[in-house]
Amino acid sequence: MKRFVKSINIREMLRPLGQMLIFSLGSTVILSALMLALALILDRTIVGQALFQRLNVSLYTYTLVNLPQVAIDGLTIGFVYAAIALGYTMVYGVLEFINFAHSEIFATGAFVGVEVLIGLEKFGILSGASLAMAYGYLLLAIIAGMLAAGALAVSVERVAYRPLRHASRLVPLISAIGVSFLLQDLIRLTESLTTGQYNRIMPTFGNFDHRILLGRMTLGATHIALGVSIKSIIVIVSAVLMLMGLNYMVNATKVGKAIRAVAQDPQTASLMGIDVNRVISLTFLVGGMLGGAAGVLYALKFTRIDPFVGFFPGLKAFTAAVLGGIGNMTGEPCSAASFSACWRPTPAPIWGFSPWALPAPNIKTSSPSAS
Amino acid sequence: MIALFFNDISRKINQGIIPSLCIMGHMILGTALVYMFPRSNLAFLVLITSFFSLYYFEADRRFKFVAGAVLTLLIFPVVGVRNIFYLEVIFQISVFSALALGLNIVVGFAGLLDLGYVAFYAVGAYLWAFFGSQQFYILHYAPGTQPANLPFLMPGDTFYLFVFAAIFVAALTGILLGTPVLRLRGDYLAIVTLGFGEVIRVLANNLDKPLNLTNGPQGITPIQRPTMPQAAVDGFNALFSRVVGHTVSPADMYNVMFYLFALAVIIVIVFVTRRLDDSKIGRAWTAIREDETAAIAMGVPLVKMKLAAFAVGASFAGVMGVLLAGSRTFISPESFSFMQSIGVLSMVILGGSGSIPGVILGAATVTILNLQILQGLSLYLSQLRQSDAVIPIIHFAWANLSSQLDPAKYQRLLFGLILILMMIFRPAGLIPSRRRKRELVSDALTDQDKE
Repeated sequence: MKRFVKSINIREMLRPLGQMLIFSLGSTVILSALMLALALILDRTIVGQALFQRLNVSLYTYTLVNLPQVAIDGLTIGFVYAAIALGYTMVYGVLEFINFAHSEIFATGAFVGVEVLIGLEKFGILSGASLAMAYGYLLLAIIAGMLAAGALAVSVERVAYRPLRHASRLVPLISAIGVSFLLQDLIRLTESLTTGQYNRIMPTFGNFDHRILLGRMTLGATHIALGVSIKSIIVIVSAVLMLMGLNYMVNATKVGKAIRAVAQDPQTASLMGIDVNRVISLTFLVGGMLGGAAGVLYALKFTRIDPFVGFFPGLKAFTAAVLGGIGNMTGEPCSAASFSACWRPTPAPIWGFSPWALPAPNIKTSSPSAS
Repeated sequence: MIALFFNDISRKINQGIIPSLCIMGHMILGTALVYMFPRSNLAFLVLITSFFSLYYFEADRRFKFVAGAVLTLLIFPVVGVRNIFYLEVIFQISVFSALALGLNIVVGFAGLLDLGYVAFYAVGAYLWAFFGSQQFYILHYAPGTQPANLPFLMPGDTFYLFVFAAIFVAALTGILLGTPVLRLRGDYLAIVTLGFGEVIRVLANNLDKPLNLTNGPQGITPIQRPTMPQAAVDGFNALFSRVVGHTVSPADMYNVMFYLFALAVIIVIVFVTRRLDDSKIGRAWTAIREDETAAIAMGVPLVKMKLAAFAVGASFAGVMGVLLAGSRTFISPESFSFMQSIGVLSMVILGGSGSIPGVILGAATVTILNLQILQGLSLYLSQLRQSDAVIPIIHFAWANLSSQLDPAKYQRLLFGLILILMMIFRPAGLIPSRRRKRELVSDALTDQDKE
């Protein structure tokens, strides 16, 4: 026991936390400052005048009052994207190829998790559950989604990528696009055959929809409540836990060392006695599991899912991964992910304050369709 | 062994007058079948596979040329007017062949994977949709609120002008989109082009504010067509009305006309592509495709050649876009989704990237699968659903089958399967290009040498 405790590398566990804190806070501050500057500039133009006529506040005040809520919402979504982006980063780091099908693996995770919860609700377990049990069921759904997505990712690698490993670079990419399209319709097919429809709604249970009020702000005649819902907190906490876990696995365990070795040089790694195929499978497994968990979290946050739900989050997560440095396996996958987490708020403020679509005061700017 | 066997057979058949007879026989059989069973998909397949005979039998070139002309210019229009669905299939095959041939230049020749090819198609389509409709006069109206009886901006006959304008506009777009991404290679380029494809679609979707340029998701309609000379309709009626069985309306003739336009574009594209492939530019593209670094070292102007590939590919798509806008008289951003890009890509991959007959075959196969086989299966299933038949062994009543299980909706499955299977089992395509074939043969030889 004592040896086990001693073997835990505390520093490696805590390092990503600090990184994430710095990155997310820093980028929030920078982006907020940018937004405020933009608002100041636009205040004198027709955009600001139009707003003033409608709501009797200046654009600058409007921005200032709405910014905290937008930042919170943006951060929440950012962490979901970060969890998805990890799957891309891991696969790219090891194989140097874009796993186009990752977005569908993410969607599969979401579907399995939601189906588990819907099944539980059907048996009446969910409605009568106590608070602790509700969290237990959510955890169960997340684990189910992780397992399904991980298994799917491994089998996709076996069937569609492994035979093409030595072909030119575009060949596995085209195959991955094919897998992505195939999986979208396979999800739809199974859902239609078993349930008759392919749009699924996450059942409401527990206290996840509850909103914790942080404060109130006055904007002209109306008040804007600044708050964060419990499910956003769950999303952030679980995403942070996943990032920390992955960082620990890659940087502080023997398996992680093997993964890093294969990422650097597969041939030499195999000479050192590392089973390259197994490591690649493991990479897909871990990436897929993270994607699956992110899928369930996504479903928790946005409640409604369909088979094509993965495409745009996948694209955004890929963008985030590239911004954070894709394939940065040897160093710090978490910094990539947390960077992406911070990057994400950008579209939310931009859309929230875009001159042609000024939303009503009780804004919910960061809906996935808007950004 | 099998290849030897087939070579043997083909050598025996390809002698004297036999191949010409076979081609004639196939064409006549197909025409007769379609004439006797105007609604049968199978009969149509027999007719359209005449192109196989035309391609594989070794007959006199002049004979082949005449046979092909008769097939495309005479038999297809008449058969198509008789059953308008066939004409739609043939038209779509032509449109997608042209698109796939354009993408083939980018993907097959220059080796740049373009996942947003439909963007250029959209540029062409919106070009004519804007100038050939009333859109100019409703710039300041929100979609759906415009007054009635607005004039058209341009007369319908400027369509021909815009076919040529689209070449330049789309090529320019191709260069504009190509310039920033030239430094990228392989998969990054693919992702960026995907992004550009989405950008164009989202722009088309959202450019109804502040100036109503594209009418947003509702799309632009009506779009003008060039005037149809009454003489053409009368002439067609006088010649073929007895074969067709009913008098042909100008609307039907429009479909024939756009089919002929598409055919003309294909011929131009094939001509241009073949000349380009044998030219200095084509060799430069091949060099870039095989090894970019080596190509630079040999003095290939990389930037210029890549931009040329983008521009040439884009211009063909632009022309087809104008044709689409004219033939449909309606376009909306939905027609230019990512799935369309992947559809065109799967045609190129299925047929064989870099090979002109292969790409046309791929386009025809995918279109027929989409329009005839999947929809035929859908029809069959819905018939079964309405009957009270039961699957024998598992006692499942067809009537209980979910109506979501409609094969016509599962195009993505089809595209995905095509891409995966072709990549794993036959990456060079159904009809590999000559250069690829040579590469594969020489690979096999060196392998034998090693042994």
